[in-house]
Amino acid sequence: MEHTSLELLRGTLDVIILKALVWGPMHGYGITKLIRRQTDDALLVEEGTLYPALWRLENKGFVEAEWGVSENNRKAKFYSLTELGRRQLQLETKRWEAYAAAVGKMLGAVRPPLAEEG
Amino acid sequence: MDPIPRWRRYARLTGPNAGADVDEELRFHIQAKIDDLVGQGMDPAEARREAERQFGDLETVRATGLRLGQERERRMEWKDYWAGWRQDVRYGMRTLRRDRSYAIITILVLAIGIGTNTAVFSVLNAVLLRPLPFAQPDQLVWFTSARDSIQSGKAAGGLSWVTYTVAAFEEFERNNRSFQQVTSYNPFFGNSEYTLRGAGEPQPVNGVMVAGNFFQTLGLQPVKGRLFTEEECQRGGRPAMLLSHGFWQRHFNGDPEIVGKNFAIGKESVTVVGVLPPSFDFGSVFSPGFRVDIYVPLIYDVVRNWGNTLAVVGRLKPTATIASAQAEADVLFPQFKAAHKEWWGDYTSSLSALREYVSGKLRRPLLVLWSAVGLIMLIVCVNLSNLLLARAAARSKEFAIRGALGAGRGRLFRQLLAENLVLTAAGATGGLALAIGLTRYLAHQESLALPLLSSVRVDGPALWWMLAMAAAWMLVFAIVAGFRISATKIQNALKDTGPGMSAGRGQERMRSVLVVSEVALACVLVVGAGLLLRSFLHVMDVDLGFDPSHAAVIRIDYDDSGDASRRGAILQETIRRIEEIPGVERAGITDMLPLGRNRSWGLAAKGVSYQDGEDRSALVRIVTPGYLEAMGIRLQKGRDFTWRDTAEGERAVIINETAARRFWHGQDALGRLAQQGRNEVRVVGVVADLRQHSLEQDASPEMFLPATQAYPEGAELVIRSRLDNDALAPAVMSTLRGFNPGQPAAPLRPVRGIVDLSVSPRRFFVLLVTGFAAIGLLLAAIGIYGVISYSVALRRQEIGIRMALGASGAQVQLDVVGRALRLALTGMVLGGLGSLAASSAISALLYGTEPTDTATFAAMVSLIAAIAAVAGYLPARKASRIDPWRVIRSA
Repeated sequence: MEHTSLELLRGTLDVIILKALVWGPMHGYGITKLIRRQTDDALLVEEGTLYPALWRLENKGFVEAEWGVSENNRKAKFYSLTELGRRQLQLETKRWEAYAAAVGKMLGAVRPPLAEEG
Repeated sequence: MDPIPRWRRYARLTGPNAGADVDEELRFHIQAKIDDLVGQGMDPAEARREAERQFGDLETVRATGLRLGQERERRMEWKDYWAGWRQDVRYGMRTLRRDRSYAIITILVLAIGIGTNTAVFSVLNAVLLRPLPFAQPDQLVWFTSARDSIQSGKAAGGLSWVTYTVAAFEEFERNNRSFQQVTSYNPFFGNSEYTLRGAGEPQPVNGVMVAGNFFQTLGLQPVKGRLFTEEECQRGGRPAMLLSHGFWQRHFNGDPEIVGKNFAIGKESVTVVGVLPPSFDFGSVFSPGFRVDIYVPLIYDVVRNWGNTLAVVGRLKPTATIASAQAEADVLFPQFKAAHKEWWGDYTSSLSALREYVSGKLRRPLLVLWSAVGLIMLIVCVNLSNLLLARAAARSKEFAIRGALGAGRGRLFRQLLAENLVLTAAGATGGLALAIGLTRYLAHQESLALPLLSSVRVDGPALWWMLAMAAAWMLVFAIVAGFRISATKIQNALKDTGPGMSAGRGQERMRSVLVVSEVALACVLVVGAGLLLRSFLHVMDVDLGFDPSHAAVIRIDYDDSGDASRRGAILQETIRRIEEIPGVERAGITDMLPLGRNRSWGLAAKGVSYQDGEDRSALVRIVTPGYLEAMGIRLQKGRDFTWRDTAEGERAVIINETAARRFWHGQDALGRLAQQGRNEVRVVGVVADLRQHSLEQDASPEMFLPATQAYPEGAELVIRSRLDNDALAPAVMSTLRGFNPGQPAAPLRPVRGIVDLSVSPRRFFVLLVTGFAAIGLLLAAIGIYGVISYSVALRRQEIGIRMALGASGAQVQLDVVGRALRLALTGMVLGGLGSLAASSAISALLYGTEPTDTATFAAMVSLIAAIAAVAGYLPARKASRIDPWRVIRSA
């Protein structure tokens, strides 16, 4: 199970980060906490892997960063979604749903498909 | 979240630091984790270990962060840099909108400079630089015959001299080893040989006879159909023709089914076998100003005994050069001549690149034009620099204040560059539009006898040239602006009360230097243009020997079945009917008009002995009675032909004075007998020399033969009448049609047009150079005006005080105008020296005018002085109206 979650994570970490920022700006640590809580600790194995993904999203212009002050008064870098990021999230969500539905259909099949006629 | 306002902005103060950002962010992560773990009751030291374990490989993440951060920073810097430029351009546009007159003048002046340069470059490119529109044009060679005779002055030239007989051509074709192919065409194409019937009303068409391998040698493929077959180029072969692309479009509306159709040309039914590509314009390459509609096969067996009829072009083998081919020709032609004692002509040949033959003569005039527009561009740069300095003076405070507020010199410089970039872009766009307009206009000038003109357009190289001109101006600008900024002392500029007072004097000197050089440049242009203009007037003043005013000419068609007496009757009747039209004074027919195609035949006086090799040939015109009078040719002695000079009577000839002088060695030729070919002819008249080749070439020996005793090649009906051409044309056409329904719908052309076409290249150059000189002069005048106005503005107080002390307005005016004249005079002295150098460079283009022509120099210099005086007078008048009291009070 652990192995599976890691593989999945590589492809989907970007979209998960974008999703995490939908409700407002958040610092990196906040994002890890949110992902852990939301996925019951299934996805994030090492917290450090989040950051390179986050910075790449920043360089691509999907998120932007700004320094702010955290809940317990420490200087922290806050990330928020850009308009471009919001569009990207929609696109990725759709793509993911289509993918999941297709895989689900296959794995949920109970009998072999009918041979095509002719 | 409580954002620290724009933290990053302050980070920039100490320069970007991607590493520190990453460290800070990761430190926060670990610390927050520890806080959480401690909050859950973990021991602080244990919590730190646990936080780091959960984080994973801290060093790798940190290194990645550093790399990504630096990447981002670099991109930011670029963005900021461009944003800065954008900001400068926006700011520049705002300033320019405030300073509209400066912007408009700069853009206009730049557009003129860049536009004229691009247009002239386009012409130069099309005529001199771009390869001819043929396959591997460098291999094509032009043959000119009779080199030795012409060089030794024994032959006057003319088409009959420089062309070849079929025999000479065939000998060379057989024996040479330098050429892949040699081909020929018949350059004695008139416009009277072809009338097209079967497609609407009978149409005169311009046709040229080309050898069967003509198009193959040039490397041309038809866009429709095929080229001539071998059979079609044999005597008795099926009559075939090729259409030029333009004629196909114009006359047949691009009929896609044209190939295979038959039309009557003369008495033959001729099949259209193909259409040539639009890129091929025979006239523009081989015969500028002549439009070719159809091509028919040149059948060697038919023209074999016509004498020199072939213009020869060859394609070199890849291994041969023009020099090696020339060496071969120098050996071969004398051998042929030795083997054929009966050959009349001298076939020592001069071989040149086809390109050289087509446009070599234009190299010098075009380079002169190019230099002229180059001078214009120089004047433009000087003028705009001048304007720039004036403006910099007015803006020195603005810059001082911005400098004091922290803008570095680099930033101010960039600001100026951005501003000028906007102006230059606008000016270049205007220039491009001007150049496109000019080249379009030129390309459609069919009445301009310049080769390759129809292919003139603003193309890739011309665009590059335009960019180069714009870049040259930007460079000049950068130098002047840089010099100006580095010379500005912030404190001085701020301390000054008047605008630009302190920079004033030094700058005024610099501006004066600029104006002097501007005047000098304009002076060179104006004197050059003056000399060319005077040459042109001399050419126009030449005694043509005929009178083109009140004369018109139309091509006519008749069918005499080769019978001279029938021809006489037809022509006599035609002329009689035309002369019955009210308003027509005289009419006559010739087969070749002056200043057009020509041919020469042998002529020698009987009983006069000639030295060996002495030229015994004269140009031939075959004419009817009345032609001399209709054309306004002056009969000096003897009589005109009459209709009684028939084929049965004694053969008559009328010669020009040069022929009389040359062949009778000074004795009176009238009434004497001469040998003309196989015939004995009697000189019945002597006419004044007329210009045959061009207005600038002296007359060659010439003879006129009666149309009733010789075979004319076509017929041009010349009509002398006081009537307007438009009024005359319908009457002439209906008369001709009433007599001969097959008369083609040829236009009635004023004879003046023939003269105009002949002088059109010179007129073209003179017009352009004069135009450029006028532009240069105008720019120089603006320069003088600007500097004098500025100096008046600077001296307001001084002038006010002088007037208060009793100086009159007239004295002040004199003083200011005197200053303008001093500037102009210095410029003129320098420019005069430059003009002497320039005029000797163009001396080859002058006609009847010395390069040091005093009258021209004097006239041009007074013109410049007058313009300088006007340019100085306007500010002078302003100065004399200064109210002394107001000036002194305001001081």
